[in-house]
Amino acid sequence: MFYREAGQFKTSYAADQQVFPIRQDRIAIVLLLAVAFFVVPVFASEYWMKGIIIPFLIFALAALGLNILTGYAGQLSLGSAAFMAVGAYAAFNFMLRIDGMPLIVAFALGGLSAALVGIAFGLPSLRIKGFYLAVATLAAQFFVVWLLTKVGWFSDNSSSGVITTQAMQIFGYKFETAASKYLLVLSIVVSMAMLAKNMVRGSIGRAWMAVRDMDVAAEVIGIRIMHTKLIAFAVSSFYCGVAGALYAFAYIGTVEPEGFNLDLSFKILFMIIIGGVGSIMGSFLGAAFIVLLPILLDVLVQEFLTSIFPASINSNLQLIVFGGLIIFFLIVEPHGLARLWQIAKEKLRLWPFPH
Amino acid sequence: MQFFIEVLVAGLLSGVLYSLVALGFVLIYKASGVFNFAQGAMVFFAALFFVGFTEVLPRWTGLPVGSSAVFWLAMPLAFFCMVLLAMATERFVLRSLVNQPPITLFMATIGLTYLVEGIAQGVWGANVRGLDLGIEDMPIQWVMDSVGIGVSQFDVFAAGLAAVLVTVLALAFQYTKTGRALRAVADDHQAALSIGIPLQTIWVIVWSVAGFVALVAGLIWGARNGVQFALTFTALKALPVLILGGFTSIPGAILGGLIIGSSEKLAEVYLGEYVGGGIDSWFPYVLALFVLLVRPHGLFGEKHIDRV
Amino acid sequence: MKTRRIGLLVGAALAVGFAQQVLAQAKEQFIGLPSYRVGAYAAGGSGIYGGWIDYMTLVNERDGGINGVKLTWEECETEYNNARGVECYERLKSKGPTGNTVFQPLSTGITYSVIDKAPGDKIPVVTIGYGRTDASDGRVFPWVFPMLTNYWSQNTAKIKFIGMKEGGMDKLKGKKIMNIYHDSAYGKETIPVLDAQAKKYGFTVVHVAVAHPGNEQQSQWLKVRQEKPDWVILRGWGVMNPTALKNAAKIGFPREKIVSVWWSGAEEDAVPAGDAAKGYIAAGFNVGGVNYPVIKAIQDNVYKKNKGNMEDKSRVGSIYYNRGVVHGIITVEAIRNAQEKYGKGKPITGEQMRWSLEHLKIDAKRLKELGAEGFMPDLNVTCLDHEGSGKVKFQQWDGKQWKVISDWVDSDQSIVRPMIEESAAKYAKEKNITPRDCSKES
Repeated sequence: MFYREAGQFKTSYAADQQVFPIRQDRIAIVLLLAVAFFVVPVFASEYWMKGIIIPFLIFALAALGLNILTGYAGQLSLGSAAFMAVGAYAAFNFMLRIDGMPLIVAFALGGLSAALVGIAFGLPSLRIKGFYLAVATLAAQFFVVWLLTKVGWFSDNSSSGVITTQAMQIFGYKFETAASKYLLVLSIVVSMAMLAKNMVRGSIGRAWMAVRDMDVAAEVIGIRIMHTKLIAFAVSSFYCGVAGALYAFAYIGTVEPEGFNLDLSFKILFMIIIGGVGSIMGSFLGAAFIVLLPILLDVLVQEFLTSIFPASINSNLQLIVFGGLIIFFLIVEPHGLARLWQIAKEKLRLWPFPH
Repeated sequence: MQFFIEVLVAGLLSGVLYSLVALGFVLIYKASGVFNFAQGAMVFFAALFFVGFTEVLPRWTGLPVGSSAVFWLAMPLAFFCMVLLAMATERFVLRSLVNQPPITLFMATIGLTYLVEGIAQGVWGANVRGLDLGIEDMPIQWVMDSVGIGVSQFDVFAAGLAAVLVTVLALAFQYTKTGRALRAVADDHQAALSIGIPLQTIWVIVWSVAGFVALVAGLIWGARNGVQFALTFTALKALPVLILGGFTSIPGAILGGLIIGSSEKLAEVYLGEYVGGGIDSWFPYVLALFVLLVRPHGLFGEKHIDRV
Repeated sequence: MKTRRIGLLVGAALAVGFAQQVLAQAKEQFIGLPSYRVGAYAAGGSGIYGGWIDYMTLVNERDGGINGVKLTWEECETEYNNARGVECYERLKSKGPTGNTVFQPLSTGITYSVIDKAPGDKIPVVTIGYGRTDASDGRVFPWVFPMLTNYWSQNTAKIKFIGMKEGGMDKLKGKKIMNIYHDSAYGKETIPVLDAQAKKYGFTVVHVAVAHPGNEQQSQWLKVRQEKPDWVILRGWGVMNPTALKNAAKIGFPREKIVSVWWSGAEEDAVPAGDAAKGYIAAGFNVGGVNYPVIKAIQDNVYKKNKGNMEDKSRVGSIYYNRGVVHGIITVEAIRNAQEKYGKGKPITGEQMRWSLEHLKIDAKRLKELGAEGFMPDLNVTCLDHEGSGKVKFQQWDGKQWKVISDWVDSDQSIVRPMIEESAAKYAKEKNITPRDCSKES
C-alpha cells in the first residue's frame, strides 16, 4: 500500500537508471541521512556515538571494501585487517613527517598506500583461486603485521611499536567532541559508500561480477582479467586503508600492529557474509550485526544473568549465542541480511496483498 | 652441520604434528566439501573434554587419580563426546545447508567455532591444565650419545602415531566401502544421494573420524603446550600445510607438514637473525604462496577444471 | 511477530537498566570491571577479577563498606580486545552515583586506547604492573598510574637478582643473557632497558623473538642451545610460557637459570609444563599462597557465606587470584584515602580518586593491618612518581606451588627514570601537553 509504484513514470533514461528509482526509496534515504546528520549528533549519548556508532561506521567501511573484493569480484581475502593497519600507519607517518599535511589528504594517502600493498598481495590472484587464495592472503595478513612490528621506522621508533595518532583538525577546526568525530566519520563513510555504489553499477562493477561468476568466460568476451582483479584489490584495499586510518584517528587513538590481527580480518569477513556478499547495503547490515550483537548480548547478560549464573558462564554463554545466531542466520537466509531486506521490500510492494 | 641436522629433524617432527591437525581438515573437506574452520576448536574441545574426564572420573568411579585406568576410560568418553558433536553438527548445521555455496558452509563452521569454544570453556572452566601422556619430552639418550643430536622421544612417538593414523585412514578411504562412499559424497552430494548413499550417516561418520583425529591431535598438542585455549591456534599452523598439500589429499597433508615444519624452523634459525626474528609467523604462508604460484592447487590437490 | 517480541525484550532490558540506575542508592561507590573471562587469557582474567571482586565483597561484608559506603561493581566483557575495551570504558563511564571511579583494564592494548580519553572524562586509569611505562612520570600523565612496578623497573630488578645469584653486580661482566620475548608491543618493551643495562654492567644480551602465540619455539630454543647463555630472561604471555619451559627441558637448559616477568609466573604457566617447570624462577609484585591474614579473612567472611566469585575454590590463593586481591586492596585504600580528604561516608568522584591515587601511601604498618604483610610491597605514590614502589619478589616453582626465594628487590631507578622522563617528554611534545609542576601542587 505504501510502496506502490503506480504513478511513478520515468521519462528519461537517466531517471530509469538512477540508484533509487522508487520515490519511497528516495524519501527513505533522504530521511535516513537527515536523521544521521542532524538528529543523531544532537540526541545520541556520548556512549552511543563513541562506543557504538563510530565503530559501526568504520567497520562498515572496511566491510564495504572487502565486499567489493570478495562479494563483487569474487576474490576471497582474509587480509583486510592488514590493509587497515597499512592505512592507519601510513596516515600516521604522513601526518608525522610532512608538516602541515591536511587530514583528509593524509587519509587518502593512507588509503593509497594500502592500495599499493593490496595490489602487491593481489598479484597471486591471477593464478590462484578460491580457498587457496584466501589462505594466500593470510600471508599478507601475517607479513604486514610482522613488518609493522619489526621496522621501528613505521612507529616512529617507539620501543613497543605503538603509535599515538595526532589530533584531528581541518582548517583549524579541532575534532575533539564525540559529535564532531562522528560527523567526520559519517561524511567520509557516506561519500565513499556512494562512490562504491556507483562503481559497482558501472562498467568496472560489471567486469568484477563477470570475473566472479566465471572468469574464463569473462576473459573470452574481452574483459582484461589482470586489470579487473588488480583494480578490485586496489579499490578494496583503499577502502580498508581509509577505514584503518579512521579507526586509528577517530576511534581508538592509539594503535599497535597486534590490534589489526587475524581476528579482525575474520570479523570483517563475517560482516559481509552475514550482511550479504555482493551488496552495499549488506556491508552496513552485517557491520551492525557484528558490532552491535556482542554488546547487546553483554549488556543483557550483565543486567539479567549475573545474579543467576557465575560470571564465567555468562561470558561463554555470549560466545555460544553469538555462534548459534551466525549459524541460524545462515540457515534462514544464506544470502545474508541484505537478501532478507530485499525480500521484505518485495513483500512491502505488494502489501497488503499476499501476492 | 650437526646443528643443521638437529634443526631439520626438529622441524620434520613438528611438521608431522601440524599435519595431524591438517588431517582433520582434509577428511572433512574430502568427504563433505566443507572447509571446517572449527577444526582448531574441535582439537581444543576434544583435549579439554579428555582432561576434564580424567579429573572427574576418579570422583565418579572411585578410581585413583592419574591412574592408567582413568586415562583409558577417559579416551572413549571423550571420543563419545566428539561423536555427539558430530551428530549435532550434522543434524543442525549440515542438513540445513545442503548444497549451499562453499563460502556459506565455511561461514557456518566459523559460527560453529564460537559455539564449540563457548561450550568447552563453559563446561570445564577456563583453568589451564597439564596433560601427561607418560612419555617425556626429553632427548633420546642413545641418539644424543652417538651423533650428538637432540631428538625428543615425545616427538618421535607423536610422529609414529601420526604415521599410523595416516596409513590407516588412507587405506580406509581407498579400499573400504565406507571410504568409497565418502569419496562419492565429496564429489557431488545430490548424485550420491540419488544412488542411495545415506548422506547423513556418512557425514556423521566423517565428522566423527575427524573428531577422533582432533582428539589425537589434542592429546599430543595438549601434552606439549598444556590444554588451554591456545590449542585452537594449532589450526593456523595447519593452514599452510593444507595449501601445500592440497585440501583433498591425505598423503599431501603429511608431505606438506614435513615441508612446512622443516622450512619454518630452518628459516627461523638461519634467516631470522638477519631480520630480527619472529618470521615463523608468516614464513610458512609465504612459502605456501610461492608453491601455489607454481601449482595453484597445491602439490597434491585435485585440479579443478573450469568449463565455460 | 518475532521482531516485535525481540523489540519488546530489548525495550524491557533498557527500561530495567534505566530503572536500576534511577533507584541506585546514593551511598554507593561504583567500580567498573572491564573483565575478560573467555578466550586465550580467560584463566588469568577469571583469577584476577575473581580475587578483586572477593576482596571488595570482603570489605562490604566484614566492614560494611568504606565508612558505610558500599562498593558496587559491574563487569563488562572485553574479550581482551581493544575495540571492546573502548566500548566497555564508554559503557561503564557514567554508571553509579558518581560515575565510574577508576578504570583498570588489565590489558596494555586497552590501556593505550583509553589513555587519551581518561583526562577528558575525569576517570583515572590504574595499570598495576602493566600498561604504559612512561606514565610513571606523573607530570605528563596525571590521570594514568602504572602502580607498584612497571616493566622497565622490574627488568632492572631481574638483573639485580641475577647479579645477586652470581655473587655481585660486578660478576655480571662477560656473562651472556638471552632475552626470549613475545613478538608484540608488550614483548618488545624491555629491549631498550636491557641494552642499557648490558652496557652498564658489561654483559652481552641476545634478543630472540617468538612469534605469537608462541606454541612452537623449537627454533628459538635450538638457538639457545647454540649460544649457551648463562641466564635466560623469559618475557612470555599465555601458551608461550609452558612451551618455553618444555623446550628448555628438551635442550637441557637448567630452569633455575630462567627468570621471567610476572605475566609468565603463575600456576597456569607452570602446570602445563609438568616436570619441565621445576626450578623455574619468576618475578612478581604479589606472592601466591593462602597463609596470609587477608586471604584467610576472605575465606572466612566471603566463602563461608557462599558469596565467593571463584567457582573453583582451589584457585583462591593462586598467583592470579592474589594479584586480583592486590588490585582490590589498592582500589579500596585509594577510596578510603580520598574519603579522608573529601568527606567520610560519601561516595567520591573520579577527580577526587585521582588526587587520592597520587597521594596514596600504603606503608608496612598499614599492610600489616590489612593482613597483607609480605603479600605485596609497600606503596608510595607521588605526583612525580606514579609507580610508587618498583619492588618485586622472586618465586620459584617447586613442582606444586610457588615458593618465595627472595625478599623485596628494588629497581634501579638510575637507569629507568631517565628513560621514562625522556619518553614522557617526547609524548608531551607530540601531544602539546605542558608537564605539570609538581612542587606547585598540594
